[in-house]
Amino acid sequence: MQEALRFLSPDAEPVDRAEFIEQARSTRRGSEVWSRGLPLTIRGLRKSFGDNEVLRGIDLHIPAGQFVAVVGRSGCGKSTLLRLIAGLETIDAGTISFSEQARPEDVRVMFQEPRLLPWARVLSNVEVGLGRDRASSDAQMRAEKALTEVGLDDKRGQWPAVLSGGQKQRVALARALVSNPRVLAFDEPLGALDALTRISMQRLLERVWHDQAFTAILVTHDVSEAVALADRVLVIEDGRIAHDINVDIPRPRQRGSAELAALEGSILRGLLQSADDTSDL
Amino acid sequence: MSLIESLPRVRSLRLPRADGLIQWIVPLAIIFIWQAACVTGFVPARVLPAPSDVALAGWKLLLSGELARNIWVSFWRASVGFVIGGGIGFAFGLMNGLSQLSNKLTDTTLQMVRNIPHLALIPLVILWFGIDESAKLFLVALGVFFPIYLNTLHGIRTVDPQLIEMGRIYGMTDGELFRRVIFPGALPSIFVGVRFALGIMWLTLIVAETIAASSGLGYMAMQAREFMLIDVVVLSILIYALLGKLADSAARVLERLTLSWHPAFQKH
Repeated sequence: MQEALRFLSPDAEPVDRAEFIEQARSTRRGSEVWSRGLPLTIRGLRKSFGDNEVLRGIDLHIPAGQFVAVVGRSGCGKSTLLRLIAGLETIDAGTISFSEQARPEDVRVMFQEPRLLPWARVLSNVEVGLGRDRASSDAQMRAEKALTEVGLDDKRGQWPAVLSGGQKQRVALARALVSNPRVLAFDEPLGALDALTRISMQRLLERVWHDQAFTAILVTHDVSEAVALADRVLVIEDGRIAHDINVDIPRPRQRGSAELAALEGSILRGLLQSADDTSDL
Repeated sequence: MSLIESLPRVRSLRLPRADGLIQWIVPLAIIFIWQAACVTGFVPARVLPAPSDVALAGWKLLLSGELARNIWVSFWRASVGFVIGGGIGFAFGLMNGLSQLSNKLTDTTLQMVRNIPHLALIPLVILWFGIDESAKLFLVALGVFFPIYLNTLHGIRTVDPQLIEMGRIYGMTDGELFRRVIFPGALPSIFVGVRFALGIMWLTLIVAETIAASSGLGYMAMQAREFMLIDVVVLSILIYALLGKLADSAARVLERLTLSWHPAFQKH
């Protein structure tokens, strides 16, 4: 953690930094000081698959409503971290705790693949996201609202097979949003999309995060995506958080701006350097 | 865009008229050539009667009520045997697809039984049941069991595990997961099994009725052979062809209705 912060500014304390981000976000949002998101605390998290120790002690606090991006080379354990947060894997050691009791509907995941049911129309696919509230009388209304939010209300009666890749991923986003989650975890959600669709999806993600004020955790291998979207970028190397970088660039962020490019460059250099170090061994 | 918008309309039940005609061109041409060959004496009538003679024989049998009775008996045997064998095959497919324990317990045995040609059991079946109805039902059920069992099992095994994980994340209960994810996912494969089974159903029934029966289409054909009524023999064979086609078409319509989400059923 200490080493992580030296990466950008050597003097700051981690906790101060988190508080600072929360304050900054509150002011940025004007009147909206309160966030719906859940804060998340991880202590000493370890996970192995067989002999392979994927996560070797993760300590992390994510304040409510923060947008955190997790980057790292493939196989560094970033996806495992996300799957543990989402409760898709069992924890070997350590704890993951939300500040209060989280209902299953409060934590949602979006994957690289849309994972839509091909035999259900778009609207029923979104209704799946309501979890236990599926049977309630306003289920359809909520699903329609979520579809409108991602701009696909005209596709409600279509089969997923006729949608484009980006549209499918937007339906998956609507499904994740429909239960009004307080933590949303993204596992490379844009990895399979073409460059233009990616950019418009990034804007959509940023907008829904801003509107719904959930805590967002984005796992990505794309550093430019990470710095464009996140409040904070975590770099994972060998199962540990190697760098914890605060992205202090005001929103809306100009894609391709010098500030973003400089930050992206420094993170990439760090990643490449450590790659060279390991190859020397 | 216009293509996408036109899909829901094309997908509806309406059978395309042109396609419906095209598939009958070859059978009609065969009948026409056959008639011509018989009328000109190219094919002697004791080898193969003309289609018109076959039709005439059919008309006579229809008037006597014999044809309808025999068709009904065969149809009843086929469908009851199919429902019994298919039902059991489906149940085993579900159990072994969903439960490791059940699979370990029964799959090896079933695979061993599968390798016995079920028609080889005819002598045994006659000893057990005589030429009773149950003999035919048993054979049809046994023949139909395996394609449905194997394809149901395969269908359930190959349901995308990512979709199952998704269902679990979104809090589906086991029942919901089966109803909304596993069963619809296995359905295309189950239909493949059903169509295989329909073919086996007719095959088994013909053989069983030819060897051991006192009614039904196979029996009618064997009786006709005794009296050298070659037109009736050919008629029975043609009726089998027609019934087989009918069963297959029924399966296709059902497939179209239940798999309308499938890209393969949206393009035509």
